[in-house]
Amino acid sequence: MRFVDEFRDPALAKTLVKEIEAISARLERGRDKPFAIMEVCGGHTHAIFRYGLEGLLPDLVEFVHGPGCPVCVLPMGRVDDCVAIAEREEVIFATFGDAMRVPGSKKSLLQAKAEGADVRMVYSPLDALTLAKRNPDRQVVFFGLGFETTMPSTALTVLRAAREKVENFSLFCNHITIIPTLRALLSQEDFGIDGFIGPGHVSMVIGTTPYRFIAEEFKKPLVVAGFEPIDLLQSLLMVLRQIEAGQARIENQYARVVPVEGNPAALKAVNEVYEPRATFEWRGLGSIAGSGVRLREAYGAFDAERRFAVPDMKVADPAQCRCGEVLTGAAKPWACPEFGKGCNPETPLGALMVSSEGACAAYYQYGGLRGEAA
Amino acid sequence: MCLGIPGRIVAVADADAMLCVVDVSGVRRTVDVVCVAPPGEPLEALVGAWVLVHVGFAMSIIDEEEAAATLKVLTEIGEAEAEMEALRTGSIEPVPAPAR
Repeated sequence: MRFVDEFRDPALAKTLVKEIEAISARLERGRDKPFAIMEVCGGHTHAIFRYGLEGLLPDLVEFVHGPGCPVCVLPMGRVDDCVAIAEREEVIFATFGDAMRVPGSKKSLLQAKAEGADVRMVYSPLDALTLAKRNPDRQVVFFGLGFETTMPSTALTVLRAAREKVENFSLFCNHITIIPTLRALLSQEDFGIDGFIGPGHVSMVIGTTPYRFIAEEFKKPLVVAGFEPIDLLQSLLMVLRQIEAGQARIENQYARVVPVEGNPAALKAVNEVYEPRATFEWRGLGSIAGSGVRLREAYGAFDAERRFAVPDMKVADPAQCRCGEVLTGAAKPWACPEFGKGCNPETPLGALMVSSEGACAAYYQYGGLRGEAA
Repeated sequence: MCLGIPGRIVAVADADAMLCVVDVSGVRRTVDVVCVAPPGEPLEALVGAWVLVHVGFAMSIIDEEEAAATLKVLTEIGEAEAEMEALRTGSIEPVPAPAR
């Protein structure tokens, strides 16, 4: 496939791995622990495992899997809210497939569906809008979640619903933003990350300038990366080159898709429809100020939270789970006592085991139970 | 969730509704093009463009020159490496001075 196959070329990958080995050999002197490079985006985590990139790296370099899987960081209470809405008689609850199996405190959306709730898996929020038009006597609710990548698509769907006066459509908004989250991570005292692989498709929307504080205030390099193996290896090399040169800059490896200024039309739609929430709760990370958005008053008619009363209860994660430490890179998945035992992809306890973009599911599927094969 | 897939815009489906038909490896689907529409130009200008499609929306026009530039840098690394390899493995014996 165009723009895909070229970036999977094994010969190029080999060349890049050799360069990474060479630079790592030069950096080795005086270093007693590996350089920890965090890939922020869950899509990157998935690609790293799918292509076995960890196994190609020298011991001196390791990927740390960041919090960028929107399904994984969704708190249990919000899943309960989804189930409560979905179980209403008049509701058709439409969602991306990823979110179906995330456990709530009592059940997942998939279990609610099995018990008779009308839950539909859709590819696009526009498909949910079509469902609303075809079922005028039902309430169609779309489960909006994701970072800035997905935010324009739901914002534009709300704008379209307003324009076309589709009154039985609403959005249950759980969108989150990456910048406040990165700042919260970087501000942790023991945050031992040496550099970042920046999220490619979030950056396609927001551009590369919002990351500048990472280089300027926190003196860490960040390279925005594409999703193919060549993209990731090249971006890692770019981060290591900055480290070797003692620099901290924001670079863009994914310039074929990411313009410096992002996507103005997408940002305009997002700003028109959404406003920041004071705070939003993340699974495993707690509340992060300014990290969530909700629909503005002007589009309140399309807000499922205003339309239906939701329980909005905070529910603690199971005490034995170590999702939070895994999310921040402080612990590897196999260090969790439940990993591969009580918690596995069939019966996940924590959300990191649910989505294919979650670090635990990735290790379970590709890396063996202890990660030794990774 | 955050992945997208490259496709080529092959037709305008509904200009007023900002919808185009995109071909992704032979599969055709109508997508929203608000985020990639050139301001002040008819949507026909998009036909033939490669775009990144995410959940039913064309989110970015893929810049073919940038893609080529990225690959060129990589190829150059390969060339430099081949050059170094040749340098290491090649052997040029000094020619002894002719005996008198």
